[in-house]
Amino acid sequence: MSLPRELEFSTDVTRHERGFCLARVRDMVRIRRLEERCAQLYGEQKIRGFLHLYVGEEAVAAGVMPQLQPQDNVVATYREHGHALLRGVSMNAIMAEMYGKQEGCSRGRGGSMHLFDRATRFFGGNAIVGGGLPLATGLALADKLAPRPGCVTACFFGEGAVAEGAFHESLNLAALWRLPVLFICENNLYAMGTALARSESSIDLTAKAATYGLATAHVNGMNVLAVSEAARDAVDRVRRTQAPFFLELHTYRFRAHSMFDAELYRDKAEVERWKAHGPIHTFTGRLKAAGMMTEADFEAIDREAAAEVEAAVQFAEAGSWEPEADLLRDVTAPH
Amino acid sequence: MPRTTYREALREAHREALQRDPRVFLMGEDVGRYGGSYAVSKGLLAEFGEARIRDTPLSELGFVGAGIGAALGGLRPIVEIMTVNFSLLALDPIVNTAALYRHMSGGQFGVPVVIRMATGAGRQLAAQHSHSLEPWYAHVPGLRVLAPATLEDARGMLWPALQAPDPVILFEHAQLYNLEGELADPPPAVDIRSAAVRREGRDLTLVTYGGSLPRALEAAGALAAEGIEAEVVDLRVLRPLDMATVLASVGRTRRVLVVEEAWRSGGLAGEVLARVAEEAFFELDAAPARVCGAEVPMPYAKHLEEAAMPMPARIVAAARALMGP
Repeated sequence: MSLPRELEFSTDVTRHERGFCLARVRDMVRIRRLEERCAQLYGEQKIRGFLHLYVGEEAVAAGVMPQLQPQDNVVATYREHGHALLRGVSMNAIMAEMYGKQEGCSRGRGGSMHLFDRATRFFGGNAIVGGGLPLATGLALADKLAPRPGCVTACFFGEGAVAEGAFHESLNLAALWRLPVLFICENNLYAMGTALARSESSIDLTAKAATYGLATAHVNGMNVLAVSEAARDAVDRVRRTQAPFFLELHTYRFRAHSMFDAELYRDKAEVERWKAHGPIHTFTGRLKAAGMMTEADFEAIDREAAAEVEAAVQFAEAGSWEPEADLLRDVTAPH
Repeated sequence: MPRTTYREALREAHREALQRDPRVFLMGEDVGRYGGSYAVSKGLLAEFGEARIRDTPLSELGFVGAGIGAALGGLRPIVEIMTVNFSLLALDPIVNTAALYRHMSGGQFGVPVVIRMATGAGRQLAAQHSHSLEPWYAHVPGLRVLAPATLEDARGMLWPALQAPDPVILFEHAQLYNLEGELADPPPAVDIRSAAVRREGRDLTLVTYGGSLPRALEAAGALAAEGIEAEVVDLRVLRPLDMATVLASVGRTRRVLVVEEAWRSGGLAGEVLARVAEEAFFELDAAPARVCGAEVPMPYAKHLEEAAMPMPARIVAAARALMGP
């Protein structure tokens, strides 16, 4: 499988401010550096459980997240390190969570799949495929009824969720009740190891969403500026019309589904073909060609990200384990 | 005292909640124009409007999940599910989201939603509308599970449930909707923490809840005619269990019989009896016992449905056996 033909366009980087472009490089590099280090820490058994890496898909979070406002809600999946980070959760708190330390953003109760942060309205970290969609619909209903006009709920999910009833029930409710949800489908072509064409009778997911009466768009999710422009339009539209929108981003996961995945279901050659479309090097290549970024600029960004990651590792290492005596806390509120 | 029914008491509870707190709204299948499948919400649409009395599609996973999201978003939703069997379509958001979010988020996100549903048999609605799955929900940490069985509780439990910072599941037994009686005006405030002694007695303790309470009380009346004084404890709150009230009663009577409409295996009766055995084994004068629903999908035919339920005659027989020769 390769990129759909209509997506093989190159965005004119000079249409954007240099500062904006470098910030998007920085966003993607921060995620990449964080996750490559997490993979290493997994090997060292510092991080355990499931660890789902976003490597290859960074342009999605980097394109969408800067378009949101502080009052907006974000709902994400179990592959959400990048979303949490770019939403503003500190790398320290994320890394400490991966370690299971109580300085983590979920006090060590959640782990990699359950990052939460009240301050940035980051509602998880949901490891039930499709589980975030009804939740996001309800968050938007609360904004509508409160009312808090102008709020947007951004709900990220993979294409695997489209097979769940939760997808169809949520899109129907959001459209029926006209709720301000931006449904963001990160189509990386594989639901764990099952290719889209092996699980959906029709693989045109945007067309499916449109049958519920939502406005839709789909763009190349490997191109951060294409994502950014599409997300800007979609967020603006949801904010303005207070009606739902479905945005499909075609992307690809370069690494295994989780650390337990032997990747028996796809060819190495396919992965290599997609890596040629990698979101970081294609973008930095275009920026350099346009004279908007030098190698020294990139190295500075990369160095800064690497230092941030190492500081986060130190923070997590220095963190503390919650006392076992506290085992039963936060099951229900104290009363 | 004015007369009312369980259904009307529930409706008044909704009306009060909707009037007192602008964050409260009701949603579910046919709660608006139809007036509620058990007519609990009849008239509320005209009084409170479509924004707050929301008819939903037949989409339990979607609208229960949305209710949970709305609670996370700061509102106080009441979500009605027609019957407990249909709630299985919404088990994912209830168990995997509502019950877990406070914990998974390290205490950052509570889910103050109230989910109401009809439960139980007795109306010949057959196997897909008649089960008692309260014990399933009572199994889950993070949920509070209520079973109002009196007019006072039908009227009084909803408001404190809406004040609770965590998800509350409220079971209304289908046979109770027409329960009629007197209710004080203003109605008494009730808690959502404790069990209640509904009839005092010295000889044995009948522990029950929900639709089995009237049957246990009827059995207690029949036993009294034979000279056996049964104390009847209404659990009211199925999670967390108020074992102090149960144990205090058993400490007085030294005999315990749990009456539950749900299936025996894995039911709450087993849990209550296990805790009695753990806490009060040497205070018992007889082996603890239970009368439960027969382990069969609920049959349609009336005589078979009754045979599957803990009817008063079965309770009386079990109580007699517990008293010994």
